[in-house]
Amino acid sequence: MAYFLQQLINGLTLGAIYGLIAIGYTMVYGIIGMINFAHGEIYMIGAFISVISFLALSAAGVTYVPLALLVVLIVTMTFTAAYGWTIERIAYRPLRHSFRLAPLISAIGMSIFLQNLVQLLQGARVKPLQPIVSGGFVLLDSGDFEVQISYLQIFIILLTVALMAGFTTMINRTSLGRAQRACEQDGTMAALLGVNVDRTISLTFVMGAALAAVAGMMVTLYYGVIDFYIGFLAGVKAFTAAVLGGIGSLPGAMLGGILIGLIEAFWSGYFSVEYKDVSVFGILVLVLIFRPTGLLGRPEVEKV
Amino acid sequence: MTMLSIEGVHTFYGNIEALKGVDVSVETGEIVTLIGANGAGKSTLLMTICGRPRASKGRIVFEGRDITGTETFEIVRLGISQSPEGRRIFPRMTVLDNLQMGAISTDPSYFTEDLKRVFTLFPILERRQEQRGGTLSGGEQQMLAIGRALMSRPRLLLLDEPSLGLAPLVVKQIFEVIREINEQQKVTVFLVEQNAYHALKLAHRGYVMQTGQIALQGTGRELLGNREVRAAYLEGGH
Repeated sequence: MAYFLQQLINGLTLGAIYGLIAIGYTMVYGIIGMINFAHGEIYMIGAFISVISFLALSAAGVTYVPLALLVVLIVTMTFTAAYGWTIERIAYRPLRHSFRLAPLISAIGMSIFLQNLVQLLQGARVKPLQPIVSGGFVLLDSGDFEVQISYLQIFIILLTVALMAGFTTMINRTSLGRAQRACEQDGTMAALLGVNVDRTISLTFVMGAALAAVAGMMVTLYYGVIDFYIGFLAGVKAFTAAVLGGIGSLPGAMLGGILIGLIEAFWSGYFSVEYKDVSVFGILVLVLIFRPTGLLGRPEVEKV
Repeated sequence: MTMLSIEGVHTFYGNIEALKGVDVSVETGEIVTLIGANGAGKSTLLMTICGRPRASKGRIVFEGRDITGTETFEIVRLGISQSPEGRRIFPRMTVLDNLQMGAISTDPSYFTEDLKRVFTLFPILERRQEQRGGTLSGGEQQMLAIGRALMSRPRLLLLDEPSLGLAPLVVKQIFEVIREINEQQKVTVFLVEQNAYHALKLAHRGYVMQTGQIALQGTGRELLGNREVRAAYLEGGH
């Protein structure tokens, strides 16, 4: 029981990170119908920017942790968002009216390019970061096993919940969110009504990148090591989360992320750590075969 | 005063020339109708006014300003609003959200007033406001499409086949509202229709389009009495 609880906490933390990345996949798919395979790299870049800004802050003598976290969060989101915007601008927009596979191929190219760019600029070795937030609570002590939740895990889960709540409100209540939903359902009609569709798509990439940046920063804090290749696996897992939840569905991406995190944690805890990635990709295969629309996705058929 | 003038407009879909030099003008305050068979290019003309697709030759002038090259999303801000072919309601948005989308180009301070005006024209929309667009009946969707177009406070309203697929009673009701919009709210209307009889009765002037060109024009009454028009568009059906 204690062990179960511990895996639940670990799984939720991991799921929060996947969920934040998955939102970017699902939103971009919703609005332009393509899988942005460079999104994992955006997350990786977010992780690197956060390491660089943590190091810069500590070199500047900032030791107050909450301040450092806030500054790094803002810096990482801003710069990563700029990457997201630029990628859409140079790799996808020129192909907007091309055949369907073109942007997809461009995305894969972009992903390889970004990996190599970071490898060249930062080197291929792993980048370690000193633990910044340490300590935690012991929730339960059953003699031979202690259930712990670290302050960092609390931080990750709370920040994710706050971001997701804020984000859902934005999509459902603001006029920008409404314009995004309109572009998703009928871009030409949205343009007739006065929506600048290109700008709305750009903003979608910016938002998705900003959320992936937060995930990158969390992973930096959580694991303490990153390298130029982390975007691939995390990207494919978050993509799995988006598919599991129903690609195009925002609550689906959040739910899918949490489920994938939990599945991975429990699989590692009870079966095999070596095969934890297999569990996730097994889910991807099962979903694609038996429920391609995902848990909260809608079927393609619409009454018009 | 001429509000909209379309001068020698050609439009292509790929290699197919859908409009082959069209001239149409709409005076301020009028209801002008464009009738013609399926595939004649009527909807293409309405979409070309809004820049989708763009005219490859010719000029479109609105209130003295050349809008041939204006971005689609900017056209509504100049005062042209379209209820397009197939209505294009946002199916997974509520009626209220759809109407809010209609108002996206205007000052938010007008919203309450404009919403009230639309609900007065189409009381059913007020009762359905929390319902999703895709669940409305055809007639209700048409009302929503017109209401949404009105939310942008247009001076020129482009309507594409508002009667399509609707019961005769609902058609009558929609045409009544179009007259009201024109007479009371002083909105100029350019109406594309296959339902030639109703359209010509309502309109001040009309154009007949055949395979991408204007074949005939005249007042509504003249066209209703024209032998060719009667033979091609009116006899039998009504």
